[in-house]
Amino acid sequence: MAFKTLTEYLAWLYYQYLLCTGIYVLEPWEKSIFNSILLLVMAMVAYTSYVFVPIHVRLALQFFSGVFGGQTESAVTLMS
Amino acid sequence: MKITNTSGTCQGGDSTRVESRENVTTANGAACRQYKPESFEQAPMYVAVLTYLGFGIVTLFGYFRDFLRAVGLEKCHLAQEREEQRDFVPLYQDFENFYTRNLYMRVRDNWNRPICSLPGPEFDLMERVSDDYNWTFRLTGKTIENVINMGSYNYLGFAENNADFLKTVADKTLQYGAGVCSSRQEVGNLRIHEELEQLVAKFVGAESCMAFGMGFATNSMNIPALVGKGCLILSDELNHTSLVLGARLSGATIRVFKHNNMHSLEKMLRDAVCTGQPRTHRPWKKILIMVEGIYSIGAVGPTGRGVAELFQLDPADVDVMMGTFTKSFGAAGGYIAGNKVPVPQVPQVNLPASQRAVFNIPLCNWPAFTGASFLQHLPHCLTPELVDYLRSHSHSAVYATALCPPVVEQIIRVMKCIMGVDGNTMGIQRIQQLAENTRYFRSRLKEMGFIIYGNDSSPVVPILLYMAFSRAMLERKIGVVVVGFPATPITEARARFCLSAAHTRAMLDKVLHHMNEVGDDLCLKFSQRRCSPRPELFNEADFELDS
Repeated sequence: MAFKTLTEYLAWLYYQYLLCTGIYVLEPWEKSIFNSILLLVMAMVAYTSYVFVPIHVRLALQFFSGVFGGQTESAVTLMS
Repeated sequence: MKITNTSGTCQGGDSTRVESRENVTTANGAACRQYKPESFEQAPMYVAVLTYLGFGIVTLFGYFRDFLRAVGLEKCHLAQEREEQRDFVPLYQDFENFYTRNLYMRVRDNWNRPICSLPGPEFDLMERVSDDYNWTFRLTGKTIENVINMGSYNYLGFAENNADFLKTVADKTLQYGAGVCSSRQEVGNLRIHEELEQLVAKFVGAESCMAFGMGFATNSMNIPALVGKGCLILSDELNHTSLVLGARLSGATIRVFKHNNMHSLEKMLRDAVCTGQPRTHRPWKKILIMVEGIYSIGAVGPTGRGVAELFQLDPADVDVMMGTFTKSFGAAGGYIAGNKVPVPQVPQVNLPASQRAVFNIPLCNWPAFTGASFLQHLPHCLTPELVDYLRSHSHSAVYATALCPPVVEQIIRVMKCIMGVDGNTMGIQRIQQLAENTRYFRSRLKEMGFIIYGNDSSPVVPILLYMAFSRAMLERKIGVVVVGFPATPITEARARFCLSAAHTRAMLDKVLHHMNEVGDDLCLKFSQRRCSPRPELFNEADFELDS
């Protein structure tokens, strides 16, 4: 599809979103409810991932380094 | 719902379908038929997921709105339970009512549009708007003029108001009046009815025929007259509602075989003949095979004789042929045609009736038939004459008012035109025009990447889509019929284009042009089939390459 401007493209994207979710048949106030719920959920997902993902990653790193790494050289030679 | 292969879920891919047909044909040594494979391409998975997602979201909002109505925050515009009937059986709480209130209402403007002109190739629509999201409509007083009509089953363009063509109809109205006020069996039988029946019998190649005033009732009321308890009906899974209703009313046992699948039918037939009725294992009194091509009469086949001609069948092989006058003939009603002796060639040997039936099952001979056609397979099946039997036993013959003379004359006029009785070639030209339009339209849509269903020569073209389609098309002055759940499975909502011989190439090109745009806008081009960008179309000189 050829678009002249960015707004045209965005309008098309929004229209596709309306069609795919089926909310083009809803009344405007229902649409806004749906959109705000969706935005809220996505914002919460973004926030929680911002807050918690670094912690989880750090913990995971610690855990795996405890499992695989951290062995001293003498232990390796002893095993071989 | 309709033409022989309009709708359908596909069991197995194209290749298996075609293959099975060929096997049947060769196995029986039948003459080589022109076989146009039908395609039932499935839409890709993501479309199904998105459709269910959309339905889910709208359904959730439906529950939300119903909740608001229940607590009194919103007024319910539809019928609902009355306060004083609180303890009665609930009337408006099933899914159908929920669906009407919360899903259908939102898109109701796509259906039941009022028109204000002859539904020819173009018509005028009365513009209407809704101020309360489709709960009520208000006519603006304006008309939307010259909307291309892709929704009428006006295959040959005989729904017309040309005074020259309709002169005989006017004459007959003056002669016979507008109605008879009596059923055929009593005093409503006019000479013009007899004339019609002889003509139809000649047209479809049967020996006798009976005409009824309503196509739907022709099916649903005559099947109970033919079969009853202790009989078996083998019915195609995609048969028209009228056949389904008739089969259910008859009280016979119904078994359903896969759409146009001869293997499935043969297996069921063998089982039925071998095991007989359940529990008692007595042989079935009659076995009736029902297939459908109701919408084909006048529209397909080189001379418009319907699917029987398309598949090069001998009409004598079909014992009961039913068809409608509503579509190609621009009239109303239906007919049943049959031969005087239903099954003349049955070997008269002393075998149980059920085994005798086996000899006479021409399995290869009926891919699909004219009208709802039935095969009667028992030698003693009815009385010697099918149509006479129906005249006295069928409900629609006994109780229904006779066809009114102007309608009868319209049918006669059109049929004579198609047969070329008075030497004109208009009928045959229109049939050829329709075939050409069909091939052109279908091949162009396939090129564009739409998924279309049905046989290549069927003038009814269903396209898979979303609902926003109909609105978008009306904005472009094209009137289409869209069908959705519950008439189709949820994932197979479709638009049904009905081509007509009256459509000119310019009109079709306009429709195709807008289809292309709307298809891009709505992302409707689901087809994943790789086809050459411009496959061989058909030999025609003025075929222009525009797109």
